[in-house]
Amino acid sequence: MSLAGSMTSPAQLEGAASPIIKLSAVSKWYGTRDRPVHALAETNLDIAAGELVVLLGPSGCGKTTLLRMIGGLLDPTQGRIDISDKELWKNGERQGEAVANLGMVFQDANLFPWLTIEENVALPLKLRGVPKAERQARARDLMDLVKITGFERRWPKELSGGMRQRAAIARALSYGPDILLMDEPFGALDAMTRDSMNVELQRIWQETGKTIIVVTHSISEAVFLADRIVLLSPRPGRIDSIHHVTFPRPRALDVQTSLEFQSLVKTLRHRLAEVE
Amino acid sequence: MTDAIVTPVERANRTKYLPWITTPALVILLVLVWHFYTVLSGISPFILPAPSKVWQVWVGMLYSPRAWSHTLTTVTSTLLGFFFGMLVGVSLGLVIGRIRWLEVTLNPFIVATQVVPKVALIPLFVVWFGFGMTPKVLVAAVLSFFPILTNTVLGVKSVEAGHRDVMTSINATRLQTFLQLDLRNALPYIITGMEVGVVLAIIGTIVGEYLGGSAGLGYMLVSEMNSYQTDGLFAVIIHMTILGFVFYFATGLLRRFMIPWHQSAHA
Repeated sequence: MSLAGSMTSPAQLEGAASPIIKLSAVSKWYGTRDRPVHALAETNLDIAAGELVVLLGPSGCGKTTLLRMIGGLLDPTQGRIDISDKELWKNGERQGEAVANLGMVFQDANLFPWLTIEENVALPLKLRGVPKAERQARARDLMDLVKITGFERRWPKELSGGMRQRAAIARALSYGPDILLMDEPFGALDAMTRDSMNVELQRIWQETGKTIIVVTHSISEAVFLADRIVLLSPRPGRIDSIHHVTFPRPRALDVQTSLEFQSLVKTLRHRLAEVE
Repeated sequence: MTDAIVTPVERANRTKYLPWITTPALVILLVLVWHFYTVLSGISPFILPAPSKVWQVWVGMLYSPRAWSHTLTTVTSTLLGFFFGMLVGVSLGLVIGRIRWLEVTLNPFIVATQVVPKVALIPLFVVWFGFGMTPKVLVAAVLSFFPILTNTVLGVKSVEAGHRDVMTSINATRLQTFLQLDLRNALPYIITGMEVGVVLAIIGTIVGEYLGGSAGLGYMLVSEMNSYQTDGLFAVIIHMTILGFVFYFATGLLRRFMIPWHQSAHA
């Protein structure tokens, strides 16, 4: 085992404080009664407030399914999800109270082309009835946080992919959720932009103290970002192992060249090859 | 930061001003050919009047209160018909675009309103509503609603799944999603439907006036024909064409104001 990584079984309890996200025996079946597909086997996972957790796994391992269930976009077939001690799903209906504490970022920025960048960032506040001046001020603060100040009046199509994704992060944070869920957020970006966005994400996480879950299939991205890597394996999707990453923060991109980093990457790669 | 701004507008500018040269040039060419043909062939002015004569008559029309009163009648019927066509087309389109079983149920009947020869409906409308404005408005509405409806349905259906996920994740209500996403996504499509619809509304109105009534440009066309005023006939046709252009471009102008974000607004 490397110095930077240690392994625990999934069932092991994390920390003493009440987890901000709690999954209890959550599972998901897709498809029809005749041809059911087991997307996610019974899963238990606790995530502590302020943690940066990465869900890592090959395609078909259920990592996106898991994230979408936590995000309130997909109802679990069985089990229970609690967000800040509030039940997320009741009788297949997502509970607004719990959803309000979640912000989501997708692989595509999904900005609305008919809104300017500032209006996109402020949209969730508009829907919540926040007065215009107030939501504008809030949008400007967030655009400052994600470093896209000066693009308030631009259309989304006028921005590059990286900047659009920054705007998407700002939008997800606009209504002040404690949790940010990111589904392969930088998967559509080129390698260099992706690296710089990972550094940016770490900075935003450190500045805001949010709890962040990132889904990725990039091992090095996972090791660079994570406090804890949840490695999933396919058929059916389930948690295979959990890896703690203890490099000091803030991590610079150079950490990737260190021996510890590479040895952890190697361990994970071997494990992924075994489960696939 | 490696990120840069992309401005795709410049590329379109090169061909933007081309019609300002080509259109007048081609019109002048056409008129010249027409002029020399009438002079050289010695064709009867009852068959093909000279362009100068047609111009004279058309300018005379512009000074005639009678012609303007007919124009106003046609414009009113067209706009009313277009308005009702749009009302039905957009609202029905928004509903059936989201509700699959309703679309399947209503589709044969919607198609029926289009495959039936509309001209055949006009006598029926005249029997029901007389020779006034109502049958014309009705024909204009029936003709214009279809492209608006189909485009609206397409617009609602083309909402990206990712955009829906965003609305769900920010806890939007169904009404909010409808207003902020479905409607706004459909808008460019609706405007495209309106551009086609407004032209069909004019056609509907004029055909209606042509077949029954005592007012409007369609009626004027018939009366010029009946009195063998071929130059007048040409003048009315040109008048109608210009009217059609005005409506078409007015609708197109909506793009600039209603969907400035859309690519088509800069074309």
